[in-house]
Order: sequence, then C-alpha cells, then structure tokens
Amino acid sequence: MGEPDAGGRFGDFGGRYVPETLMPALIELEEEFRAAWGDPEFRSELDHLLTEYAGRPSPLTECHRLSAELGCRILLKREDLNHTGSHKINNVLGQALLARRMGKTRLVAETGAGQHGVAAATAAALMGMECVIYMGEVDMGRQELNVFRMRLLGAEVTAAHSGSRTLKDAVNEAMRHWVSTVEDSYYLLGSVMGPHPYPWMVRELQRVLGSEAREQSLLALDQQLPDVVVACVGGGSNAAGIFSGFVDNPEVSLVGVEPAGGAAVGHGVPGIVHGMNSFLLQDDVGQVLEAESISAGLDYPGVGPEHSFLSQSGRVTYESVTDAQVIEAFVLLSRTEGIIPALESAHGLAWIVANSERLHGKSVLLNLSGRGDKDVAQMMDVLADRL
Amino acid sequence: MRSRIDSGEKALVPYMTGGLGDWVTTVGAIASAGADAIEVGIPFSDPVMDGPVIQEASRRALEAGTTPGSVLDELSTADVGVPLAVMTYANLVYRFGWDRFADALVVSGVSGAIVADIPLEESEPWCAAADARGVETIMLGAPTGSDARLRRVVVRARGFVYAVGLLGVTGERESLAETSSEIARRLKAMTDKPVLVGVGIGSPDQAAEVCEVADGVVIGSAVVRRALETNSPEAVGELVGEFRQAMS
Ligand SMILES: Cc1ncc(COP(=O)(O)O)c(C=O)c1O
Repeated sequence: MGEPDAGGRFGDFGGRYVPETLMPALIELEEEFRAAWGDPEFRSELDHLLTEYAGRPSPLTECHRLSAELGCRILLKREDLNHTGSHKINNVLGQALLARRMGKTRLVAETGAGQHGVAAATAAALMGMECVIYMGEVDMGRQELNVFRMRLLGAEVTAAHSGSRTLKDAVNEAMRHWVSTVEDSYYLLGSVMGPHPYPWMVRELQRVLGSEAREQSLLALDQQLPDVVVACVGGGSNAAGIFSGFVDNPEVSLVGVEPAGGAAVGHGVPGIVHGMNSFLLQDDVGQVLEAESISAGLDYPGVGPEHSFLSQSGRVTYESVTDAQVIEAFVLLSRTEGIIPALESAHGLAWIVANSERLHGKSVLLNLSGRGDKDVAQMMDVLADRL
Repeated sequence: MRSRIDSGEKALVPYMTGGLGDWVTTVGAIASAGADAIEVGIPFSDPVMDGPVIQEASRRALEAGTTPGSVLDELSTADVGVPLAVMTYANLVYRFGWDRFADALVVSGVSGAIVADIPLEESEPWCAAADARGVETIMLGAPTGSDARLRRVVVRARGFVYAVGLLGVTGERESLAETSSEIARRLKAMTDKPVLVGVGIGSPDQAAEVCEVADGVVIGSAVVRRALETNSPEAVGELVGEFRQAMS
C-alpha cells in the first residue's frame, strides 16, 4: 500500500473536496506529516508512547477452542488489549503528537462508537490539550459508557442532531467546527477517510499493527503467513492497518467485512462526501443515504478511498454480514475464548463463521480491533431473553 | 451586476434554498426588491459549509422531494429578470455528470455556479465542463488563503469572486467580522473582477459596512431565515429591500 498521487488519489478515489477555507490547512497538514514521519525523533517519540503508554505490541492469540469448533485455525490480533480498548489509539497518539508539533492546542474529533473519541480525549489529557468531540445523538445513547469516559477525561462531547444522528452527522459537525476554528484547532480524524492527507496518514499510523501481526504470524505459523486476513470495515482504519502487513503477498487473501446495512463497497457507487471520492451509499441523485447497523462504529454510508481502490483492483474482497450474525459472533467469542469483542470486530468473526466450510483447514488471522465493554449495556437489551 | 458596480453602486446577491416552500415566487420577490443576481441553493443531504438555518431549509426542501432536476426544471419556467446562479455541493453535480449538469444549467437559464466543496485543486473537471458552455464558476477566496493562493482563485473565478467573510459556515453573526473587510481588501487589490463578501452578513447595516470595501454582498441565512419563519415571499422581498436601501 503505497502513497497516493500528488492530488491524494488512490486510482480514481480520494482527493480533497473541502470548502476553500480548509484547503490551506490540508496542504500544511500534508507537509507537516511528511516531515514528521521522516523525522527519527518524531518516530521514536511515537514508538515510545505506543510501547510505554498504549501497551504495544499487542499480542497475537491463537484460539484453540474456537478453531476446533469452526474447523480452521484462528488467530486474533489483540488490538482490544491496547490502552483505551481499540486500535484507535495508534492513530490518535500519532496525530496528537503531530498536532503538538504544529503548535495546535485544541483537538477536534468525530466519533461513532466512541472508541476514537475516548482515544482522542485520552491523548488530549496526556498532552494537556483541549478536546472537543462530536458524536451523533443516537450513538450517544447506545454508547453511553464511552460518553462518560470522554467527559471524565476532560473532553467536551457535543451531540450531532442532524440527519441520522450517527457517525456521518458527527463528521459533518466536526468539519463545520473545524471550518470555524481552523487556526488553532487540529482536526483529529479517526479513520482512513476524509480529504487527503488523512486516508494516507491514518493508514501509515495504523501500519504498526499490520507489521506486528505479520511478524507474529510468521512465528505462530512456522514461518508461514496466514491464508486469510479478515478485518471489519467502517471507515476502514483497522483493516488498512492489518492489510498493510500482507498486501504485497498475493497468496494471502484479504477480506474486509462491512455491515449489511452500511456496505459502502458492497452496495455503494462512487460519490463525494466528507472530502473524498469513494464508494458511497446514495440515492439516484446523489443524496447520501443513512446506514443502519447495530454497531455504531460501522454505521457509516461511506468508506475510505483506499478501500474503494483495493476493491476495484481486486486485491481485497469486501463482504457483508447481518446484525443477527454479528450478535451470534459476539456471544460465540465470549463463550469459547473468554474474549468479549467489540461489535465492530464481531463482524469479522461473523464472516468467518458464515464461511467456515470454505475456510476449512486454513489459517485465518482476524483483527480483533476492539473490546466489547462499551457494547455490554447495549447487548444487555439485545440478549435480554437469552441470558 | 457589472453595470451597477461600474456606476459606483453595490451589488446585492441574495440566496434562496430551491424547493423550500413557495420558493419560485420568493425568487421573483427577491428580484423585484432590487437584487442584482440570485443564488439558488440546490439542497444536499450533508451540507458541511452551511450553518443551522440553511441546513434546516435544505432538510425541509429534501423532505418535500426536491432534487437537482426539480429545481432546474422549475427555474427554466421562471422569468426572474436577473441572472441566476446555483449553489450546491460536489456530489450532486458529480452524480448528475459534470457535462450534463452544465448542459442542464444552460437549458434552465442559469448562468453561474458555486460548488461549495470544490476548491481549486479539484476544480478541473467541473470548470472545463462549465467553461465550455459559458457557465460561470464563481470561486471562493477565504481568509486562510495566502496571497499566492488568492491570486490563483481570482484568476480562476468567473462572474465575481466570492470573498468568504469569516472562518466559519453560513449563518448570521451579531457583528461584522473583521475578516470580512480584510479579505475583501486583499482580493480587491488583486483583481478587477467584482468582489462580493458572503458568509456572516446578516443585517443591512453589516452589508453597508462591508460595502465600504467590497463591491457587494451575498446574503444567505438572513433571507432563508425570513423564508422559514414567515413562509411569505412578500416578507422576504421586504427584507431584501431593506438591504438594498442600506447599500445605496
Ligand atoms: C473497535 C472498533 N473497530 C472498528 C471500528 C471501525 O473503524 P475502522 O473501520 O476505521 O477501523 C471502530 C470504530 O469506532 C471500533 O471502535
């Protein structure tokens, strides 16, 4: 997975479709990130934080009971064990360091499930910055615990009341806020989406989990790479991170799993929203449709542009699973391995379960992008009749 | 508009959301009240450059079934008597097709376009389609732009240069932002094209104040708020008349 072209495009996808007010900030951001990323001092400071603060490297866990049950060899990349509970911290620590380097004193972020918001609030607390988080009103309801965590960490959480009142609308509000405060605020985007340079920058910052997973898989599988690598796709950052470790080995199949109600790659057509040209769920004239998923982190009608490119090039296959399948996978991993997954990550497992016959005898690496603590309150209602 | 400015007067360009209530009549009332040109918004589901008032108007228009096609169809039968421009977002144009959209504007008698999320860097396919058909693409110059960037903006702009009055989305503000006159002054120093300030011009007094430097104003949220609150084309016309008076 290389650099996008000078206009920030991966093939036909990407770009910088933003109001003129923001363009100078994006150009500056690209220059600043490029300089920081090439600066050994910046890299070692980030590595230090990832190790000493976030707990990297995250382990690779072989699932013996689950493997026996499904008939394939399942390995989990344990991003759930990171500080703050998901892969989001990798991106956030990098961007927060960059923000500080750029002299910004305020972080602005959107969040869906609240994992990116919690990570951003955490980094802001760590570095003594102000932090403003936009979150859809519906998501604030279903991820109440994370709302409290963000506030506890000192962030201001503001509800997005428009549209579907989920992640899409939180991004709209965050962008509007950024337009108003661009001189002192840093927009800390949470996935490989939005205008260039974000899709590229966030993927570079998530690359760490893919590199680790590659090394760890070689160790676990007698110097072999896994046959299949699976990750859930909302905006696509955890998937981009893990795929980056395997994309150059064509013998490894890469599978991105979208929610059936938010399958931008699966059911979308190219469109322009949130600064990027990418696959998008939209109506005939181009109004953006509302996604519908049990998982707040994947409840998004778009997808990062590099995923559109990887889909078009055929290197990655994108599949979808239903909410009902996800609920079963959520319970399954809890029961067989003692690991409660985030609902987002449960999408990947749900796909493995649905395809276990096809995967028989294969080694499958699943990016367990986050832990399910945040989802427990929501799942108490969903599973009320069963538990 | 050009002749108004050449004779030392100031240009007034109100904005109205297409598909909001009795919007075609409202556009007529705006023209009669002394507008030099009118911007018609084609509502988009995710208007990131717009504040609460235009968001709400867009939402209502979309709920009423408004589409780019329906707005352009209705405009083609309206006889307004002043030049019309549309203001919208990239995805609606992209989905329509750059060329087909430019064709449709010509057929509807629309002479200009503003696409809020197409900056210089992404402007090529749309501007090529528009230029080829004589549709004028109005470019925005923002306070965050360097002189070098603003110079490229004014070169690319057709019709007039839209000076973004402040750091922020559309909406009225209590007082005129200092950035408004400043950006107008910077742009005026670079071009002979008319420079109109928009975003944050909410009252006739503010319009008059910024016109000490600028060639005119674009007024959006104030007009749309009046339309939302009163549902009355006459009431919107009255407001536009007040701006006209304050600016002369
Ligand atoms: C645990 C977890 N996984 C995945 C996602 C989806 O984001 P992305 O597709 O960028 O990895 C989220 C987003 O909130 C998340 O919290």
